[in-house]
Amino acid sequence: MLELPARIPEPLAHRLAAIRSRYPASDPDMVAGVVGAVLTTMRGDLSASDTALLHEVEELGRTIAAARAEIAALQVDDITASHIPSATDELDAIVAHTAGATNSILEVCETLDSVAGKLDGEAAAALQDATTRIYEACSFQDITGQRITKVVATLKAIDSKVAQILNTFSEAHGDSFRAPTPAVVVSPVPANGDPAAVGPQLPGNAMDQTDIDKLLASFD
Amino acid sequence: MSIDKSMNVLIVDDYKTMLRIIRNLLKQIEFNNVEEATDGAEALAKLRSGSFGLVISDWNMAPMTGLQLLQEVRADARLKGTPFIMITAESKTENVVAAKQAGVSNYIVKPFNAETLREKIEKVLGNA
Repeated sequence: MLELPARIPEPLAHRLAAIRSRYPASDPDMVAGVVGAVLTTMRGDLSASDTALLHEVEELGRTIAAARAEIAALQVDDITASHIPSATDELDAIVAHTAGATNSILEVCETLDSVAGKLDGEAAAALQDATTRIYEACSFQDITGQRITKVVATLKAIDSKVAQILNTFSEAHGDSFRAPTPAVVVSPVPANGDPAAVGPQLPGNAMDQTDIDKLLASFD
Repeated sequence: MSIDKSMNVLIVDDYKTMLRIIRNLLKQIEFNNVEEATDGAEALAKLRSGSFGLVISDWNMAPMTGLQLLQEVRADARLKGTPFIMITAESKTENVVAAKQAGVSNYIVKPFNAETLREKIEKVLGNA
């Protein structure tokens, strides 16, 4: 009588891992089916604990099949074909519109500055102080633009990860959840070892100018 | 110490809006000779073909970043003494440390105000 151990022996586990690395695109349904068929031929020789293990494997196969069906029902092609491009287009439009508005504001400010240059005393100073504050405020467009660029990169990374998962499920079956998408790398670290430029940090995670001044002073 | 405000200043940023803002802020503190570049490579070419008393650069640009521009400037025998201020949204410690190690003269984090810009310029040019 064939004895199936309650736990998979280490050599077998290594062997399974080696097979999986050689055939990364193996269809989970097919593997579950083969295991099920093999175990079925052994059913008469199995003990109670072996039968329980068999049920676990069968349940695993059903879970995989259900996951595949759910993913197919999600119509994930829409994510690539419509949702993500639409979201990134909307974000690009936000950047373009805010840039346009900011440039209009700057143009008016430049006119006010030239008027201030023709005035004297308090009026000139007050007008220039006002335009200075507007210039400072307009730098929001740079910061928001960088934040939006980070969001777009994140969306593309999610899109890429979803594609990798779907391809694992669909390749062996020839299913068409979607076409393979090249992996997206977000914020690569420069090859020369310099720290990557990651854009603005969220408030609370960032050093402010005072912190930076102290850090710089610590080098003196 | 008086500062020569007639010097040429090179400002470098890939956001045209930001270049316009910095140019106007510089004009308000009477730096009127301002040239612009939209990435490190263009900036380096302008620096090598011209004469500038101050560089104010963003970090996050392609194909050459502000940090790479700084490293190139410090490695160039003619340019290495040029005061160089980084104005950037990169506010992580490792970025500030890398810039300092590369020889940055001062570091301003975005968003910044006109007073900070004026103060850092005076400090850098006062030490030049």
